[in-house]
Order: sequence, then structure tokens, then C-alpha cells
Amino acid sequence: MTKILVIAEHTGAALNPSVAKCVACATQVDGADIDIAVLGASVAGVGAEAAQISGVTRVVTVERAENDPAIAAILAPQIVALASDYSHVFGPSTAFGKDLMPRVAALLGVNQISDIMSVDGSHRFKRPIYAGNAVVAVEAPSDHKVVATVRTASYQAAQGGNSAPVESVDLDVELPTHTRFVGIETGQSDRPDLQAAAKVVSGGRALASEENFELIYKLADKLGAAIGSSRAAVDAGYVPPETQVGQTGQIIAPDLYFAIGISGAIQHITGIKDAGTIVAINKDEEAPIFEVADIGLVGDLFSIVPELTDALG
Amino acid sequence: MEKILVGLKRVVDYNVRVQVKSDGSGVETDGVKMSINPFDEIALEEALRIKERGEATEVIVVSIGSSDAQQQLRTGLAMGADRAILVESGTSVDALTVARVFKAIVDRESADLVILGKQAIDDDNSQTGQMLAAVWERPQATFASEISIDGNTARVTREVDVGLETLDIDLPAVITVDLRLNEPRYVKLPDIMKAKKKPLDQIPLADLNVDGAPAVIETSFEPPEGRQRGIMVEDVAGLVAALKDKGLV
Repeated sequence: MTKILVIAEHTGAALNPSVAKCVACATQVDGADIDIAVLGASVAGVGAEAAQISGVTRVVTVERAENDPAIAAILAPQIVALASDYSHVFGPSTAFGKDLMPRVAALLGVNQISDIMSVDGSHRFKRPIYAGNAVVAVEAPSDHKVVATVRTASYQAAQGGNSAPVESVDLDVELPTHTRFVGIETGQSDRPDLQAAAKVVSGGRALASEENFELIYKLADKLGAAIGSSRAAVDAGYVPPETQVGQTGQIIAPDLYFAIGISGAIQHITGIKDAGTIVAINKDEEAPIFEVADIGLVGDLFSIVPELTDALG
Repeated sequence: MEKILVGLKRVVDYNVRVQVKSDGSGVETDGVKMSINPFDEIALEEALRIKERGEATEVIVVSIGSSDAQQQLRTGLAMGADRAILVESGTSVDALTVARVFKAIVDRESADLVILGKQAIDDDNSQTGQMLAAVWERPQATFASEISIDGNTARVTREVDVGLETLDIDLPAVITVDLRLNEPRYVKLPDIMKAKKKPLDQIPLADLNVDGAPAVIETSFEPPEGRQRGIMVEDVAGLVAALKDKGLV
């Protein structure tokens, strides 16, 4: 019997969009029963939100004060306790899932399948390697649990409209005290979240300064878009690291992606190759970004971007 | 603290555009430039800085693989590591087994801190550090962009999707490092000469009595689905028209 437990990422107040994408991946496994686990301090609301996701059989909530904010070393032993009833445990390939799921896998004595991009069978998956330069088909051992992260950019969120039962569970698990949360600094922004946004405007090294990124912000605000960036722009200090798109940043799949002043290194392109439409604006007509762009415009971004922002009225 | 262990993985160089072999049996690595995984270089740089601040006494670089990995360990020694350990294996070793090997070395050396790259740029798995922390039953702080040591505690700032998170972790512990933590130093010629005299121990994998983990089998390789090159527009008016055409604005 294939039973998949999806580990929910959430803020305590809202479910992360990655959860419905992990469920979408889980529904690709034939005949799987899919449950969602929500671990937090007080998660009745988030649990109810998870119960609406189509394809979900049951939501399990585990409420402990230590679970907020989420710390991998504290969540992992609880997930291991929950996992005894399941053949598969899935999490998102976000920072939350990448931190947590390998710890779960090791405690369960298995390797993790990282970044599932397609499901070929209950133990057969495809995943990207070498910054997306190759795709490898892998087969997990059939006599062990499968622990995996889901490459969320490869999946459309499962629909809502469900009303799965929510069950609160008490786990008798000893939790470590060796890891303590100190604080979190988030970019205070009213703009959409990079992972969830339908439109993303990204700037690269060619913006040449933090001040010039104002051009990117204005265009993004006109479009209602999230802000992205290349590694070069982050390394230069023009934008904060959480905006970085690519192999070692965020992997995204918006409907519309603007790459402005970004040459298009393979490490960047791997983060956007599932985008609907890619627009590239670059002064170098030889820039590799044009090889993957649906619409390309060669020219000076410092005149094009303000003109475009105005034209979008 | 006394000892910091740093993992150095030998990988295809960052600048190589990797090609899948025509028969789908793997990727082409013959005659391809090999280097230290870039994240591991950052890990080593950070360990060296901790030692240079007087907060650790010894930095040991560790690699697991064929004898070719001696080259990467020698580079690590030239950067400033005190000694190197090569755990020799003729075949590739899965992440959980690597974590168990590191645990065996940690026990031998009584290491206080292990610093690893957040991922290797070949398999892009991002799991070894977390797995080592699990099998060691110690704290993990992944994707570090700032590390400070205060006695038996490390304060680590982590790059997460919404910004920067800070954790305090008790030592011993595992830290995996992100790009922004530091810029690794360049190796100078005299350091390369000196590195030749530094100790490099070779231990056959079998001597560590580590249980092999159930392997995930890689059955076939293929190139990614490419995107088609689209249209070029002449000006902003053309761009807006093309976007309207697709119903995107």
C-alpha cells in the first residue's frame, strides 16, 4: 500500500504554496493515499487550510510549543515517529525542506531523492543534476521508505475544494535543546513572494548599483511582480540574497519572467527553465539568455526599462 | 575548540558545461577539468579564519573517493589546512554512507565542528551535512552566511527563502555554508610547496567498518528538455505588442 506523508511548510498563520505542489507530485504516484502533516505550536487554522487541498485523505497536526519556529533538528524526530505508517515522506525543495528532509532520511536509514521533477513509478523518479545540465532517472530501494523533496517549479499546485478530516496527534518524542532560534530578518516588502508570484522581474550585474535597481522595482510594481536577481547582483550587494534565482538560489516557474541585464549563465537559467514566458533585455546580443528567451530585446536597459514601465500605463 | 573537519569533494569544475553521454549511461567526465566543489572551498576558508582568530587549533580536510582526490586535498593543504585524510573508495559513495564515514572520522578525531558545503555542484543533492548531523545526533545549521563562535556555542546566520535566520547551536555541530559567507583565498606558490610536506593519511573505506546505506540506483541519464529560442523585437513597442499577444499584460 502506497501511503505518502507530505510535510507542510507554513508560517503558523498560512500554508506555504509549496504544500499544494508537493501534493500534486504525490498524486502522480499511482494509487497513493496522501496525508499532510502540519507541525507547529498552534496550527488548527493551517491544518484546516491543508484539508482543502484536493487529493488529500487526511491532515495530521502535531502541536508543541517547540515546533514554532520550525527547526529541523526538532521536527525531524517527530516526523520519523509519524512516518512509521507511511511508505513515502515528501517535503518541498525550499530552504525549509532542504534543511529538514535529509535529516529525516538519515534517521530513517535511507538516502534522500532530492528535487523530484517527475514520477515514473512508486520508487522511480527523475531529478536534475549538474545545475540542470542533465536529468537522471533514479530508482529507490523497494524495501525501504522513500524520503524525497519535490522540485516545486515542476508542479502546478493541486486545486482546493476538499474537506479532508483533520486529526490532532500527540507524539511521545524527546526533543533536543541543542539548537535555539535567535531571530529572523525578512525583507520588509509588500511585493509578491518570489516563489508564488505569477510574474517576476529580475535584474543582474548590468544594473551596476543598488540605486539603479529602483528601475526594476518600478517595473515590478507596475506589473504586480516579485523581485528576482542573478548571483552577480546579489554578490555585488545590489539586492538581498533571498532574491537570487538559480541553481543555488530559488528555482521558480512564474507565468512571466523578465531577465534584465542578466547574461544567462547556466546556473541562472536552471532556476527559470519552467517559466511560462521569458523576456530578456540585454545590450549584448550574444548573451546566452537570448537562447532561452521567448521574447528578446537588445538594447540599453537604462532607457528601455523606464520606457517599458511607462508604456505599460 | 580544537579540531575542525572540512569536507572537500572533487567535482567537475564550475565552468564546464556538462554533456550527457550519447548512450545515456552517465555524463562525460573524461578529460574534463576537476576542482574542489566551490562551496567546500568556502567551508575551508571559514575554518581557516576561525583558526586564525585563535578559536580552533587544527583544520583537517577530508575527502572520500579515488586517489585522484589527493589533488584537491593538496590544494586544501596549500590554502592552509594542517593535514588531510583521504578515505579511499574505488566506486562512488552515496550521501548517507558519506555521512556515516564522516561520523567515523569525527569519532576518531574527536572533532568539535564539521563545516561542509551546502551542496555539491555535481549531484546537487544538498543532503550530506544534514545527514551527518542526524547520525551524530548533533545540531545542524545549514546555508550559513555568517558564523561566530562563542565558547561552546556557534551563532549562525542562515540564508532562507524569506531572508536571514539566526540560530544558536551547541558544539559539536555541523554547519553547511552558502555563497555569501566569505571569499576563499588564492593559493600562493610557496604554499603549494609547503603543502607537499603536510601529512595526508589514506584510509581504505573498508577499514572504517561503516555500514553501507541502501543505494538509490541511477538508471539512465538524459539531456534536459531545452527551451526553444523565441522571437526578437526591435523596440519597447514591439515588446509590449508581443506581451499583449500572449495575454500577459
